[in-house]
Amino acid sequence: MPNTSAQHAARGPLYLTLPALAVLLLVMAVPLGVIVLRSFSEPELGLANYVWFFQTKVNLTVLLRTFSISFWVTVCCVLAAYPYAFAMSVAGPRLRLALIMCVLVPFWVSGVVRTLAWVILLQDSGVINRTLLSLGFDKVRLIRTQLGVTIGMTQVLLPFMIMPLYAVMRSIDLRLLQAARSLGAHPVKTFFQIYLPLSLPGVFAGATIVFILALGFYITPLLLGGPQSTMLSTLIQQQVLSLLNWGRGGAMGVVLLVATFGILAIASPFMKRKYQMSGGSR
Amino acid sequence: MKLNLPKLLLGLTCLLIAIWLVAPTLVVIPMSFAGQKSLAFPPKGFSLQWYENFFTNPQWFGSLIVSAKVACMVAVVATVVGTMAAIGIERMKGRAGGLIRAVLITPMIVPGVVLAVGIYAVYLDTQLVGTWIGYVLAHTLLAIPFVVIAVGANLAVFDARLEIAAASLGASRLSTFFSVTLPLILPGILSGALFAFVTSFDEVIVSLFITSPQLKTLPVQIFSSMTRDADPTVAAVGSLIFLGTSVIIGLGLIFGMKGRRT
Repeated sequence: MPNTSAQHAARGPLYLTLPALAVLLLVMAVPLGVIVLRSFSEPELGLANYVWFFQTKVNLTVLLRTFSISFWVTVCCVLAAYPYAFAMSVAGPRLRLALIMCVLVPFWVSGVVRTLAWVILLQDSGVINRTLLSLGFDKVRLIRTQLGVTIGMTQVLLPFMIMPLYAVMRSIDLRLLQAARSLGAHPVKTFFQIYLPLSLPGVFAGATIVFILALGFYITPLLLGGPQSTMLSTLIQQQVLSLLNWGRGGAMGVVLLVATFGILAIASPFMKRKYQMSGGSR
Repeated sequence: MKLNLPKLLLGLTCLLIAIWLVAPTLVVIPMSFAGQKSLAFPPKGFSLQWYENFFTNPQWFGSLIVSAKVACMVAVVATVVGTMAAIGIERMKGRAGGLIRAVLITPMIVPGVVLAVGIYAVYLDTQLVGTWIGYVLAHTLLAIPFVVIAVGANLAVFDARLEIAAASLGASRLSTFFSVTLPLILPGILSGALFAFVTSFDEVIVSLFITSPQLKTLPVQIFSSMTRDADPTVAAVGSLIFLGTSVIIGLGLIFGMKGRRT
């Protein structure tokens, strides 16, 4: 009896995770498996879909654009999130709460509605363009351009950059800066030699998350963008729903999957090591 | 003065970023009272017709009911399944726990459209397109990571010796769980359930693929309305969601503070 109960205790934890793993298997692993399978087997067995993907100019243009939009969105997020997260980490409790609220408010309305707001603001007769005109500037085409997509995506993804950055910055001991200053270091030098390196793990974690999420973005580029700013997700949807070409759509999906997890695999060991370092200094 | 200039610049930058974050959310509110059917900003005239349309048009109100039902079911299923998994992971020894945790979080990372296409393929073969089970299963998958993270964070600060103490005093495993463990990790479970509800209520990409004219969720209805014409009803929906969330969060803050004081 004690033996079986001990065995039960050892296996118990695994049993507890089985229902969740079953959901994952049924609704994620099997569907993704089907996609991979079809990319190699439809219409006939072989690599034809991949050859087609990498030999068609439109596809490569879109793939490159997907990466470049994601890159610029990530850069914009880092630039905007850095001062903001810094202010959050040094502000008093009340101001900090207000700053956190501003980060969370965008989550209070549904994602689709938020994109609607950007359509309203960016349209040719929208607020931004009318403000520009009244200030004597020329009209800027924002809607259905890459610029518009980048502006909208950056706003949607900014919280994912601010939060990890804030978590790391909060753990930085500000007395290190005082020490450097008291030893005669210039503020600029103090920042670049002490604060920036200590905050880099947060930048790295946030940038990885933002870049990966941006690669798979669908709704925002679809509603804010035009033919000149199509991203890979839209192309996949077109292949499957409009052209009913599961093989080609599947191959595109596999390319996007490999890109996403490839970047994650490259970045994650890096992130872990850095995180332990920042954890150690806390 | 030399010290204050950087501070002033930082403050100004943060103010601009805060406006950029918040303003697009608030633009929706005046739009919802527009007098005419257009999405021009600022809106002309004043009317409540878009709110009226939302509550009387079965297309709109029906999709709200569908979304609310699906989200409630997802909140229950994902919270139970996710909490069990989080407890299992916490009790596992060695690397297995971390590995299973990493696996359970992948639905957050898989690109939405790729997942949606795959689920659509499987659902076509199993006749799950446009069904309640189809929605609940797909949304539960997307909600599990949030529950595992929320409950896991709570379990990490939970003192496992309390369970041993209860057991050593003669409590059975089940009564230990319900009278010691559950009350202590309840905050994590509740926030996990809230996240699960919101995830389902807001999910649009997978839903767009597995939707049917008979069974449509609210985000799908919003999306199709936006791509069809400039209907301010969308703004009315957005404002109502904003109001609802604000009330829930406001109540949470008030009760949270009261709970802390007593």
